[in-house]
Amino acid sequence: MISPLRIVNGRIYDPANGIDGVVRDLCLQDGKVVDEVPPDAKRIDARGMVVMPGGVDIHCHIAGPKVNLARKVQPEDHRQDVHLRTRVTRSGTGGTVPSTFTTGYRYAALGYTAAMEAAVTPLGARHTLEELHDTPVIDKGFFVLVGNNVLLYRLLQEGRREEFRHALAWWLSTTKAYAPKLVNPGADELWKGERNANITSLDQKIGPFDLTPRGVIAAFIETANELGLPHPVHIHCNNLGHTGNYETTLETMRIAEGQRAHITHIQFHSYGSVAGKSGDNPTSQARVIGDFVNSHPNISADVGAVMFGRSTSMTADAPLAYMLRRFGGGKWINADTENESGCGIVPFTYQDRVYTNALQWAIGLELFLLSEDPWRMVFSTDHPNGGSFMSYPRLIRLLMDAEYRKAEMAKVNQQALEHSGLRDCQSREYSLYEIAIITRAGPARLLGLTQKGHLGAGADADVTIYDEDPDKEKMFSTPRYVIKDGELVIEDHEFRADHSGRLFHVAPDYDSGIEKVIQPFFEDYYTIEFRNYPVADRYLHAHQTIPTAPQAAAATHP
Amino acid sequence: MGENTKIVADATCTFCGCVCDDMVLTVDLEHHRIIKSENACVLGKAWFKEHGIEERPYALIDGREATTEEAVEEAAQILAEARFPIIYGLSDTTCEAQRVAVAIADMVGGNLDTTTSVCHGPSGIAFQGVGESTASLGEIKNRADMVVFWGGNPAEAHPRLFTRYAVTPKGMYVPNGKKDRTIVLVDVRRTLSTPVADIFVQVKPRSDFEVLWALRALVKGRKVDPSVEERTGVSLAVLEDLVTRMKSCNFGALLFGMGLTMNRGRHFNSGALLALATDLNEFTHWVAKPVRGHGNVTGADNVVSWQTGFPFGVNFARGYPRFNPGEFTTVDVLARGDADAALIIASDPASNFPKAAIEHLKRIPVITLDPKATHTSQLARVAFTTATYGISVAGTVYRMDDVPITLRPAFESPYPSDEQILTAIRERVRDLLGGNRLPAGTPLAATVS
Repeated sequence: MISPLRIVNGRIYDPANGIDGVVRDLCLQDGKVVDEVPPDAKRIDARGMVVMPGGVDIHCHIAGPKVNLARKVQPEDHRQDVHLRTRVTRSGTGGTVPSTFTTGYRYAALGYTAAMEAAVTPLGARHTLEELHDTPVIDKGFFVLVGNNVLLYRLLQEGRREEFRHALAWWLSTTKAYAPKLVNPGADELWKGERNANITSLDQKIGPFDLTPRGVIAAFIETANELGLPHPVHIHCNNLGHTGNYETTLETMRIAEGQRAHITHIQFHSYGSVAGKSGDNPTSQARVIGDFVNSHPNISADVGAVMFGRSTSMTADAPLAYMLRRFGGGKWINADTENESGCGIVPFTYQDRVYTNALQWAIGLELFLLSEDPWRMVFSTDHPNGGSFMSYPRLIRLLMDAEYRKAEMAKVNQQALEHSGLRDCQSREYSLYEIAIITRAGPARLLGLTQKGHLGAGADADVTIYDEDPDKEKMFSTPRYVIKDGELVIEDHEFRADHSGRLFHVAPDYDSGIEKVIQPFFEDYYTIEFRNYPVADRYLHAHQTIPTAPQAAAATHP
Repeated sequence: MGENTKIVADATCTFCGCVCDDMVLTVDLEHHRIIKSENACVLGKAWFKEHGIEERPYALIDGREATTEEAVEEAAQILAEARFPIIYGLSDTTCEAQRVAVAIADMVGGNLDTTTSVCHGPSGIAFQGVGESTASLGEIKNRADMVVFWGGNPAEAHPRLFTRYAVTPKGMYVPNGKKDRTIVLVDVRRTLSTPVADIFVQVKPRSDFEVLWALRALVKGRKVDPSVEERTGVSLAVLEDLVTRMKSCNFGALLFGMGLTMNRGRHFNSGALLALATDLNEFTHWVAKPVRGHGNVTGADNVVSWQTGFPFGVNFARGYPRFNPGEFTTVDVLARGDADAALIIASDPASNFPKAAIEHLKRIPVITLDPKATHTSQLARVAFTTATYGISVAGTVYRMDDVPITLRPAFESPYPSDEQILTAIRERVRDLLGGNRLPAGTPLAATVS
């Protein structure tokens, strides 16, 4: 039994409840935030400290088949960044793709208590859940790749929209996923079936299918909204990384037509081209993209900021990784999953003197600084694609400290800055309140995790306490206390206890008749038996099913 | 079917890396044995037939019968007292058991290694240097119109690789199965697999690397001297023809065996093959894949990688994982005489390791977990009898293409699973050590519990 806690004298930032730096007590009991605890409850004196809900990462790559390939392929990434065991915690290795235990502990040591793995093949769901079980402290979930699914394409092509909805719900439920994910829709068929080709336009025909990316995206957005999922379709747009791709991104957002959609790592999708030139160095179109998001409340995004230094590009967008290989020049992984997905992995280093890298860095910052609604333009580096989650404190400082930002801007490729609008938004500094929105309250709300990202009564007792420090990088690197589910996991910067978090997933309802449609396809084109495909509950460890809108409504009005 | 029989459908065969999950087992519940295994290959049939319940002691300590509890206590004492304990094997057990084994290695600061180090270890090393273009087996079934088998004999070692995954099955874009595919076999000799091939390329022993390198040169449009035939036994015309076919197919797959990895050149051979597949992607889609042996060796690679960052040959003595094949691989650790205790799980190193390594195993306390008596269990201080995975133990197994599959056991065993024994050992070691063992010189702060 975990003893109740009373945190006193801390300055609380709880944007979901409108609390902006108010000094007041915070009480925790039985894993929840409560109004009062018994007088003999353990006290933490947080004088001179900032108290926030635990951080929530809406988009990262931390577990599953592609992550493990990326780990295995980079012994050099781990050797120089080891993670020692303590009496109570496991050892591991770090680098841009840390081992599972190290991932959990390091997230916790930054004050994060939840993270979403953003791209998992259905066939790899079981593997991902095993890794997430071995990822300590934090809560987690994963997005399942459905945007290149052959059977779903066939149903769409034949206009069988109701069966498409049931099949999507079946895939989400049977894999224990949290949200549907689209990655470069249409590209896998061209990559695998047409000699490594790629999609270049939303209106291009998808290989042998009588479908276009535009039609596929529209169907997924509409269907996810019909299902009432807590998080809408999570979209990695077509043309990621390509000069001039911002038009594809705008078009993709327009497809939503007022329905909810989440555009992920939008920085990688905000590139213009120099007037009259194509195929050349990209320019920033952050303002156009930022304006569109600002004025469309149905759209949300995470930034996917680029931070200089080592990264690992790992993506279901196989053609993209192949393109990056030309720049990396080193090892390259491609991994095709039958009927479901592609995947590419390339170790990559972002360099401040390189035009394109500096521009990407600037665009990420621009998108943050131009955002008028921090609840809908939230924090991410697409870990480890734009940079490791270990660079979050530095990114926070870049947003909060204009002087520091100016000094950093002086170090990068100046030509790139000229093709960005970063100098025009130089004066803005994020407040602690806004940081609390983009790193916890906002992502939790976008994910539909009502008990996360805030400190109101009934919220999960996930609390981070930072020593106030003018150096915001230092402050956010080393919280003094981290409390998970009411348990004091980190005290005075040291781990006091190990902890196992929970797995969040959805289970939308579907007509079980859909299995009669799916099974024959399995028998013809999969190499695993249909009955062996759904993931059993025992892979979930501690878990929580987050209801869809209809399920929640039915629960409150039986 | 009698009262005491039952049918288990969609069961999984864990004998080899194919991990076929379409078994239909007829189980004699009274005699705890499988009397029929539909869909199994000849190897699978033997596997199911031979793994009934044998009357064996639950555990032996120094050859004397003991209870499981006594044996757990003895094993935990050995591991807690050892200064350089090694943990080895793991490729014929579930991922659930593998996870606990790595946890024990971490807790005691031991050395952890799997049978990968004596089979496709070189491919793992090559992978770290080159990367890999690869695919799940279903993608090969659905799309591959050219399949090259190199240094292996699937007809005898992985029979259903041909019939279920890569040669005869009809796929989405190869609706006529084998007729729609070009099958190439590269080997140093004719085997039972040879008749499957449309093209058989016989290379001189110990010249795989040279053939692969010549192919890479030709793919890149470089000139290769006709004297290549003298060195490799393969004419330039044959190589050129192969390259033309490789560049013009739609989806090619290179499947390679231990003929490549346990041969002169080792990881250079695997690396050359992986690089060839990568090079070919400039022209069309190509994937490559090592054909793995033991049922869950791929699971072991995955578990060890996600828990430590490295696939095998890992040492925890300094308080964190270090990887160094040649140093922390078990044959080398034993041959040097470093280890002072060994925990061997589902493997029989005493039957196939070099003499110097086996001699050292005889000098140190050994703990074994195995369903059967083995050479290693016979020299063990503590020998546990455990239930067989897939037959009496549920859990997870990874196919050679990293696809995880959940087992459906056929009948209950009176013996505990590897996972149960390992968990009991871990808990007892934790008690004895008061938590994880910290290496000497650990900063004080980290020792607080």
